[in-house]
Amino acid sequence: MAVVIRECSYILVHVPDFVRYGSKPARDIPINGGPGGALERRIYEHVRSYDEAVAYPPNQVYIGNMHPDDLHTTPQPWFEHPVAGAKRHGKFGEILPEEEWYGWLKIADDFNLVWLTPAFIAQIRDVVSGHPFLEEEDIGKLGNGVAINKIRDKIERDDALPLYYDGSLVGSIRRDHEVDDTLKAQVLMENLMAKASGALAMHHLFNRAGIEPQQVDFILSCSEEAVGDRYNRGGGSLSKAIGEMCRCVNATGHDIKAFCAAPIHAIMDAASLVQAGVFERVVVVGGGCLAKIGMKYVGHLKHDMPVLEDVLAGFAFLLTPDDGVSPIVRLDSIGKHDVGAGSSQQEIMTSLIVKPLERIGVKMMAIDKYATELHNPEVTLPAGSGNTPLTNYKIMGALAALRGEIGRDQIDTFVRERGMPGFSPTQGHIPAAVPFLGHALEAMQQGRMQNTMFVAKGSLFLGRMSQLSDGLSFLLERNPRRNG
Amino acid sequence: MDPESQAQIKRIADDFGSDNIMVVLGASDIEGAEIAAETLTVGDPSFAGPLAGVSLGLPVYHILEPEVKESVPEEIYEQEVGIVSMIVDTEEVSRAFRKIRETNK
Repeated sequence: MAVVIRECSYILVHVPDFVRYGSKPARDIPINGGPGGALERRIYEHVRSYDEAVAYPPNQVYIGNMHPDDLHTTPQPWFEHPVAGAKRHGKFGEILPEEEWYGWLKIADDFNLVWLTPAFIAQIRDVVSGHPFLEEEDIGKLGNGVAINKIRDKIERDDALPLYYDGSLVGSIRRDHEVDDTLKAQVLMENLMAKASGALAMHHLFNRAGIEPQQVDFILSCSEEAVGDRYNRGGGSLSKAIGEMCRCVNATGHDIKAFCAAPIHAIMDAASLVQAGVFERVVVVGGGCLAKIGMKYVGHLKHDMPVLEDVLAGFAFLLTPDDGVSPIVRLDSIGKHDVGAGSSQQEIMTSLIVKPLERIGVKMMAIDKYATELHNPEVTLPAGSGNTPLTNYKIMGALAALRGEIGRDQIDTFVRERGMPGFSPTQGHIPAAVPFLGHALEAMQQGRMQNTMFVAKGSLFLGRMSQLSDGLSFLLERNPRRNG
Repeated sequence: MDPESQAQIKRIADDFGSDNIMVVLGASDIEGAEIAAETLTVGDPSFAGPLAGVSLGLPVYHILEPEVKESVPEEIYEQEVGIVSMIVDTEEVSRAFRKIRETNK
């Protein structure tokens, strides 16, 4: 029996007032004038409006209104070339405005961590209620709010963090333990944002797939947040929390941790569970990462450009037994980076691409597209972090040349035809090849493409437990039963 | 160059002395490598990290420069760097790094 990826969803949440709480700005602001000081003011002079974020070409690619290859012909810088008539909703999901996001955050909050003022709740109630995925029971969780003087007091006396909308104080998020660093306000805010954005992505998935939440059997979250308390930092689960928020009453789940490669690990695990007959419908979900908001702001300010890392991103995928229509996950094609494989770029790519393809007897040039880390280069280049997808595609092209499948002079053609420009928000696990999955599913369903190889790497060494890197890959193929 | 790397290199320079170490960079984008080289010679240009205002004056080379290539066993070089040297203009790298060392002397 084959396993298919039946449906996908992609969402962005515009969070300009949370840029101050990205890890990098949150470390830099206190030593550069503090809240309201010089650095925070400078950052906020460079933050984009919601309409600007919606019209940003890479964001339109992410939610499916443009194809990644369209960016080849979109003049750069992309932030100076907004998409005319850009829409909030795309084929794969939506870009949620911050005003509505506060409603999602409060609805996700089961411990009364987030306090919003009565006036702000009154302001957002109608727009939040208008969202098609939220029901009366959800809206009830908004409550009636907490008086502003009580919120101010909580911030001043009890280490709660202020929450802003359009620069004005509208609420706070509190810590939930006196001294436990894993339950301080900043960490709880990061976890809650991953939960709520994962839930938004999962709702879109059910809507697109036309299934009811109660039909889901198992959930794998590949979000990066380390949920837990002082005794089990990172030991907890976002999967079930997201499933609860989406009313998956017949599902449970667990979290998959593998740094930036986690989505590929999760898809492999989900496909294996379906193939083994353990579960019939498995959802892979990734929520957004607050810590990486504004991560490259220094480079952006230096070049006097907008702080482009102002959106949380999320996605969700539904894996099921072969439906005769949807693209197939080739479980015999898994490429893995073994402990003894060596950590040079060449060795990693050989492990992830050449070896698995050789094993199943497929040439590199028989793959229509390669999806790799799809970091938006417009975010990374000004910070001196290079163009990740382009470097990866060049190495893949060089590998094809080394194997004699193409001439050395054809590497650039390989890069253009079988690669794509980076378009993903730089949210760790989010750019890990899977932002192209929606486009691949669509092209294979329409017969425009036969296959795509998804390749992602993870920086295992960041945790200081090993100097190793990590990586995983799989091949997605058009369903051979599709046209009879 | 991120603050953690800056701090680590500063620590090494403090422990062993700037005269006793050299830096070999591996970034395949020249602009990024140039920023790193500037940081390790005249100081952090963004004034954000531990090397802000600290001029270590370290000699900075790139792994793709011929001087470095010659000092690495051929087999290991091919295995670790061979494929990158196929996709990067190594002459341009050499030119850029010679200029960096001249400028920051």
